[in-house]
Amino acid sequence: MSTPPSGSVPIDAGPFAGSLESPRLRGSRCGACGETTFPAQRGCPSCTAQGCDEVELSTRGTLYTWTIQRFPPPVPYAGDTEDFVPFAVGYIELPEGVRVESRLTESDPARLAIGMEMELAIEPFAVDDEGHDVVTFAFAPIAAD
Amino acid sequence: MDLAILGTGLQPFGRHDGVTPIEMGVTAAQAALDDAGLGWGDVQLAFSGSLEVLQPDTMIRHMGLTGIPFTTLYNGCATGGNLLLSAANAITAGAGDIAIAIGMDKHPRGAFSVGDTLESIGLGQWYGETGLALNPQYFAMKTLRYMHDHGITEECLHRTAVKAFHNGSLTDHAWRRKAIPYDEIANSAMVCDPLRKFHFCSPSEGAAAVVLCRADVARRYTSQPVQLRADVFRTRLYGSFETLSPSMPVKSAPSPSVQASQAAFEMAGVGPEDIDVAQVQDTEVGHEIMHLAECGFCKDGEQEALVRDGETALDGRIPTNTDGGLLANGEPIGASGLRQVHEVCTQLRGRAGRHQVPGKPKTGFTHVYGFPGVSCVTVLSV
Repeated sequence: MSTPPSGSVPIDAGPFAGSLESPRLRGSRCGACGETTFPAQRGCPSCTAQGCDEVELSTRGTLYTWTIQRFPPPVPYAGDTEDFVPFAVGYIELPEGVRVESRLTESDPARLAIGMEMELAIEPFAVDDEGHDVVTFAFAPIAAD
Repeated sequence: MDLAILGTGLQPFGRHDGVTPIEMGVTAAQAALDDAGLGWGDVQLAFSGSLEVLQPDTMIRHMGLTGIPFTTLYNGCATGGNLLLSAANAITAGAGDIAIAIGMDKHPRGAFSVGDTLESIGLGQWYGETGLALNPQYFAMKTLRYMHDHGITEECLHRTAVKAFHNGSLTDHAWRRKAIPYDEIANSAMVCDPLRKFHFCSPSEGAAAVVLCRADVARRYTSQPVQLRADVFRTRLYGSFETLSPSMPVKSAPSPSVQASQAAFEMAGVGPEDIDVAQVQDTEVGHEIMHLAECGFCKDGEQEALVRDGETALDGRIPTNTDGGLLANGEPIGASGLRQVHEVCTQLRGRAGRHQVPGKPKTGFTHVYGFPGVSCVTVLSV
């Protein structure tokens, strides 16, 4: 797990559970059908039941698919668009039966592959008006032993 | 469904500096009415749609204030298909005999933005701020997984783009009318891996309109009516892979395009093998390839041979996106679905000139797909 830089602030708390030092993602699980959704929501998109319970999601999964964002995103992207550095995006398949979309810490296409093992991390992606790093969740490849 | 299309019209898609989207809508509506041999005074029901224009129905001031019901709706990239469906439903319900559907849009250059706030599409602001709210990422990620699962190669992507720009070069009203060689496409800049610059369509400007009426009165107005055999709208089921989705379940379901196509074929009483000309949503080549299977024209993976053998070309087994599709015309979202209907009607009436499908096509198919997991399909025949 990467350590967040000092003085960093997270994107809004919605997706986050835990702390920046020990981050988790917050999803929801339907008590009626057991399906898991991210981010958390009340209604179940699978079985229409209301009143899903918030759950912390697993921090490890596999890469279902990915791409590289090679041009600066339009508004409301908060990262640097003038000195834009391409970043990778993917869906991580978690044991709960849900695939979570996320930035990836690795943006070299030669080092990304469908099916590879990934782990939750924290990544700075922007600087706010006060000069603090703004951080979000990201998934990092788990280094092969 | 006993309904007939009397006329269709376009404000050709492209860039029209200084022309407002309302003016483009008026141009398309007039062209469709001229084609139908009707005037605005004959129209009893109107439907319009646009992303950029809040109230496209304000165009009525330029057409004539006749007091008719004029409804607006917006369903993302499926807007055009749903405009025609709403016109069809209104006629079927007895609200009138003659209706017009008009779509228009005028988008800024560059990739579509979700706007300053994501509240209007029901997502957290963090999703856009962190750089995840981009359709091209979805197009690329669904395509990459499909290539992995079904053995589609990059060659298939390139050949699909070659075909699109070739068809555009034969279409007088297309925006991109220059054929692009295979190597230039294959070596164009990577945008979102595995998709490159010439694999994508661009947002553009334009309008399209269709005049629809009860089939039993169609011959009063035209000698060449086109029968609307089916028009179906579906939204996603839990488990389909959709754009702008912070998560999706492992449990999978067929896409709304599959649902809409199957229902449309059933309603029309024909199958994919009966279709002589098809327009499928081709925001980029990956989705044209995947939609061929989702709409029932081949099995998953068969596109590799289908495209290599030229079966999606004008003289192939299933001529697809015969006017160059979105790649050669760009996408004014509100108008796009009706452009497809215009193109199929033009083909079925034998009026497509240099891009005419040979052999007098009798039955055609249109398909739009978009956010947040919506699809409209029509089956048309002469």
